Amino acid sequence: MNSVVPDNKPAARSRVSVDLKTWGPFIALLALAVLGMLINPAFLGLDNLSNMLTRSAFIGIIAIGATFVITAGGLDLSVGSMAAFIAGVMIILMNSLVEQFGPGLTTILLGIGASLLLGLCAGFINGMVTTKGKIEAFIVTLGTMGIYRSLVTYLADGGTLSLDWGVRDIYRPVYYGSLMGIPIPVLVFLLVAVAGYILLNHTRFGRYCFAIGSNEKVAEYSAIHVDRIKTMTYMLQGVCVALATIIYVPRLGSASGATGVLWELEAIAAVIIGGTVLKGGHGRIWGTVVGAIMLTMIGNILNLTDAISNYLNGAVQGIIIIVAVYLQRASWRKSAP
Amino acid sequence: MSMPDQPLLAARRISRWFGENQVLFDIDLALKPGEVHALLGENGAGKSTLVRILAGYLSPSGGEVCLADEVRHYRSSGDAEADGVVMIHQELALAEQLSVEENIFLGRELRRGPFLDRRAMRERCRAALAELETRVDPRARVKDLSTSDQQMVEIAKAITRDVRVLIMDEPTASLTEHEVEVLFALIGRLRQRGVAILYISHKLREIERIADRVTVLRDGRLIDSGPMAGRSKEELARLMVGREINDMYPERTELASDAPVVLEARDMVVPGAVKRASFSLRRGEVLGFGGVVGAGRTALIEALLGLRVRSAGEVLRNGQPVVLRHLRDAVRQRIAYLTEDRKGKGLVLNMGLRPNFTLLNLRAYCRPLIDRRREDQAFQGAIERFDIRLRTQAATAAELSGGNQQKLLLAKVMSIDPEIVIINEPTRGIDVGTKHQIYHFVRELTDAGCSVILVSSEMAELIGLSHRVAVMCAGELTGVLEGEQINEHEIMQYASGIKG
Repeated sequence: MNSVVPDNKPAARSRVSVDLKTWGPFIALLALAVLGMLINPAFLGLDNLSNMLTRSAFIGIIAIGATFVITAGGLDLSVGSMAAFIAGVMIILMNSLVEQFGPGLTTILLGIGASLLLGLCAGFINGMVTTKGKIEAFIVTLGTMGIYRSLVTYLADGGTLSLDWGVRDIYRPVYYGSLMGIPIPVLVFLLVAVAGYILLNHTRFGRYCFAIGSNEKVAEYSAIHVDRIKTMTYMLQGVCVALATIIYVPRLGSASGATGVLWELEAIAAVIIGGTVLKGGHGRIWGTVVGAIMLTMIGNILNLTDAISNYLNGAVQGIIIIVAVYLQRASWRKSAP
Repeated sequence: MSMPDQPLLAARRISRWFGENQVLFDIDLALKPGEVHALLGENGAGKSTLVRILAGYLSPSGGEVCLADEVRHYRSSGDAEADGVVMIHQELALAEQLSVEENIFLGRELRRGPFLDRRAMRERCRAALAELETRVDPRARVKDLSTSDQQMVEIAKAITRDVRVLIMDEPTASLTEHEVEVLFALIGRLRQRGVAILYISHKLREIERIADRVTVLRDGRLIDSGPMAGRSKEELARLMVGREINDMYPERTELASDAPVVLEARDMVVPGAVKRASFSLRRGEVLGFGGVVGAGRTALIEALLGLRVRSAGEVLRNGQPVVLRHLRDAVRQRIAYLTEDRKGKGLVLNMGLRPNFTLLNLRAYCRPLIDRRREDQAFQGAIERFDIRLRTQAATAAELSGGNQQKLLLAKVMSIDPEIVIINEPTRGIDVGTKHQIYHFVRELTDAGCSVILVSSEMAELIGLSHRVAVMCAGELTGVLEGEQINEHEIMQYASGIKG
């Protein structure tokens, strides 16, 4: 049975709830930080904070790409295995380039260039198959997820691909180094976030993403190249995955079939916690950034306390995701007359 | 049982607020058994709000709803339906992936023990569809039906219930003429059965035919209520708008004899919709497209614009062949298209008004980032030019009334400064006042040297505005009428395939 549904929302009250939706993730992050501080004062230590932000950079960068895909009404499940695949190819390539160019900057730059290109191509494939083949994004990217995962396992022959030690020494600062006291990964995360914010909120491309995610038909009847824009969101996602991989590889210097497992779900979780609507039409970059940091922060807090076992990390994350989304939805409902 | 003269369902001093806006002011309305009661008013007059309160979709802020003199507090449409108060929606509310039969019995499935009694449901469903003289298959998926068939399913859904009060919000908006006749016959039978009917329509001719009693709302207030006998169409129109409308259609200007052809379509074929059609449009001309729903008019136009695939045909712009593969190509040729489906294809309903307005021509505001200030200036200009009436500019498109949505859509397609404007059903579900504005706007366009293609199912509109009328029937262009030939009789002859 239909229940009483709201007609026109009252302007004044809906404005209040919009604010709650905008600031909700930030408030939650703040609450979590206060909790962390109460549990263990070491939480607020500069080392701990910078360590935490560095860790959140991978998922964060990938999640910014995912914000575009999801806002435009798509979904990309392949990002985790794509990252592993790109990492694998990058390592193999750099190892073989060492013979020619030695373990120098050239090798690393070529490796980085190749990984960006690979990400772009992988995204292009996801986008083209989804739009031209008219297959649901869920199915397409579920397929490519399996493909990339098995490709990296195959390349590593079921084991681990290790980066040449010489290259590793030079490449190391990309993860461990810092500029003006800010770790490089955090810097990259920040730059990607700012660029993403401008792209989503201040350009035609971003506006089109909202329109397509809200109603593809209307977008088509507004002379928007729907397929092109959607494919571009997947390509953007691919580049973000490549960027995340580029700062991930120097961390461990290796890749295997287990690299990046479940990253896709963490990225989607970050996007959703941040207030982007899973079915498209509404996206927020800063929300995503906060979401990614929150996910890492939960693990970090659990590490600092004995009250809850670290093994329950996933459970706490799960609860936070559900509660975050419930609060966002609930604030909608309250705004109804 | 109530006495025949006693109201079955009554609204008593109903008022309704949305936030700080009052949209209904102390409305009294009484529906009597066996009577068709017409509810009239411009878009935004409060008709939909009132009927939604009566049918339990909304609760009143003040006043009460009474059924046979008993105060009812409906908390949902389900409560009202349990009382036999059923509403047929203007916007179709069907589950697209389910079959016709499953939709008709949705939420009140017939059962035998714990299992569905499919046979009984099939039979009752068939009976209801037969009463409506439609050939819809009960097993067909709703998704695969045409809009008018879906509307018939919606009506069948209502009459299979034990209905005492039937509320119809613009039921004929997407029906063919034959289906309208069937619906009216059905209304007659329901009336004899003692059902009280509340009928909302903008089509005054329909009201004149079937209504026993009429109530007019304007700006949320009750303006007039009484028996239909003795009230003329003109009087009702005046009551709705609050002023006299005697120049519904602007005077037609003669087309210059040497006006050049600006657009020509040759031998267009659209698989499954258009068999073969050619036409041309001259500068300053209004070319009407008549025909029944499903005759292929929209398919022809959308194939021309690159919105649909065509298997043959050629398009010429100012005599030069052009390739229009995507609507963007048409926009580049300065051709604008106003879709007939403003909610499904025209406006992003959950988006704000300004981004909706600029969506078609967004690149004009980019350098390269979107310039919000220029965007806003342009929007303010459009509000004024198209007389879009807003409670608040922070609203989303969904919150506008139908007439204002149509004006916003018109503003959007005009933002590319077109030379050719193709408008499809420009006044569907729109009040008299807005219609009047749109007709005069079309006239201004042609005066300024634009050309207009007007696709419409409203005969009066075609006759009142067009220089020539192209008529389609079953995928073929059966004739192009000019001058004296443009009259209802001729158009019908070609639209039904008797001529051509």
